[in-house]
Amino acid sequence: MDTNTKDTVIDVNNVEFLYEETDTAQVLKGITLNVRRGEFLAVLGHNGSGKSTLAKHLNAILVPQTGNVTVEGFDTADENLLYKIRQRVGMVFQNPDNQLVATIVEEDVAFAPENLGVPQAEIKKRVEYALDAVNMTEYKEHAPHMLSGGQKQRIAIAGILAMKPDVLVMDEPTAMLDPVGRREIMETVKKLNREENMTVVMITHFMEEAAEADRVIVMDHGKSIMEGAPKEVFSRVEELKKIGLDVPQTTELCFLLKKSGLDFDANILTIDECVNKVMSVYNSKGGATND
Amino acid sequence: MLKDITLGQYFPGKSFIHNLDPRTKILCIVIYITVIFLIKSFLGYAALAIFTALCVFSSKIPVKFVLRGLKPIMMFVAITALFNLFLTNGRVAWQWGFLTITYEGITLAIFMVLRLFFLVLGTSLLTLTTSPIALTDGIENLLSPLKRIGVPAHELAMMMTIALRFVPTLLEETDKIIKAQTARGADFESGNLISRAKAMIPILIPLFISAFRRADDLAVAMECRCYRGGENRTRLRALKMSYRDGFGFGAIILFTAIIILTNILSGRLGLV
Repeated sequence: MDTNTKDTVIDVNNVEFLYEETDTAQVLKGITLNVRRGEFLAVLGHNGSGKSTLAKHLNAILVPQTGNVTVEGFDTADENLLYKIRQRVGMVFQNPDNQLVATIVEEDVAFAPENLGVPQAEIKKRVEYALDAVNMTEYKEHAPHMLSGGQKQRIAIAGILAMKPDVLVMDEPTAMLDPVGRREIMETVKKLNREENMTVVMITHFMEEAAEADRVIVMDHGKSIMEGAPKEVFSRVEELKKIGLDVPQTTELCFLLKKSGLDFDANILTIDECVNKVMSVYNSKGGATND
Repeated sequence: MLKDITLGQYFPGKSFIHNLDPRTKILCIVIYITVIFLIKSFLGYAALAIFTALCVFSSKIPVKFVLRGLKPIMMFVAITALFNLFLTNGRVAWQWGFLTITYEGITLAIFMVLRLFFLVLGTSLLTLTTSPIALTDGIENLLSPLKRIGVPAHELAMMMTIALRFVPTLLEETDKIIKAQTARGADFESGNLISRAKAMIPILIPLFISAFRRADDLAVAMECRCYRGGENRTRLRALKMSYRDGFGFGAIILFTAIIILTNILSGRLGLV
């Protein structure tokens, strides 16, 4: 095994998939990508680009019709490896209400390890660890329906962490949340990625979220069409717009300023960077004298 | 408005009864109910009343709260009492036209009312002192010997847990749908019974569609968390009997013995 494959946790190789035999439109059309250990990968795409279908392939909820997916070297097409794969690749979905099983937070977090037959003492430890990792320990005896959307989604994440997975796959985890909840989830995910060294795959259509990832893959019509660091990907403003995606507002502003002939790069992501750039261009144009 | 409905009516506490193993409580309730139907005399009912009062007292739940459980069955009890009162054959105590009341009817009506009251008091004491989770765990555990003859004990308990989990979610959703349909001019309050029932359709259809979608999502989420039925499953909280449960069983056995004694006694003394 060379170093390259060693660092790959999930390998998606030329996968094709369509839901119904009669369907003419393929959902996945020969997509190839890999997920590297410890990274925060964002998968971007508009509705119908096949990104959710891709997510379901990562833990063998769906199995490729052609091509193959391997998780830590285990082929997802092998039924005998099903639970090994699902334990390693945890998945969080859009609607937090539809993922929680139990009437008490603690019991819900314990659901996956209970299914895996983990001994009782170890389950307790895992529940404590998982609730602590998402900062929800004080709510462990609450009923899920009394919590906010962001809190519920954090419980859903804790429920996955309790399996001790290698990869956390999230399929638009913030789509149903308010801005506060969205922030909570992003902070939780980034903290897990940084502090617990959790590999994260985040499927999203929010550019601001993708901008916080280490690497971005852009999907369109069942294929991966762009890949790279957020700055690289977002600097291709016109290509992104062509497939119906927006770029972060800061990038867009800089892009338009550049287009109008000013000395701007389209690889600016954060508001701070943008403000600094605008100020420096402004000053260099002699605007500072007007202050 | 719909959010206020509490299911199971669990009243959290740390009393002796709260701390009993749910299996003990379920078994005791089964014995208690059987015993209620064995009682043949007022002396027996007196013993039953004392025992029930002791249980309520030791649960430390406000008596008012326990008695509230009787309210919804009042109508049913009244009708049962009337039927027993007028339709029992025996020695005539009072007659007016086609209406006849017999001495046997009076006794039977009183017995019936008492039975129903204590039945509801006993069972509501169970749900008041046992959390839904403990209750489903207890049921699963008690049914598990029946797995061999094909009773899906784990699946039944799982279904109950999920149902309990989704009651508030679906209530919230119903509330939302009602508001949304009202905003679109739906009228749920006027008209006769039939038109009101018809007005429910625009609530029920979206509710059902969404419930199916939720069920589908939940199934996938459960699969992602390696759910594969009850086999080899471990539990975060294992049920454990303690000395308390010994006391519990002791009390119910003593109670049964006393009831049998009252039956023998009243038979000897020729009391009702």
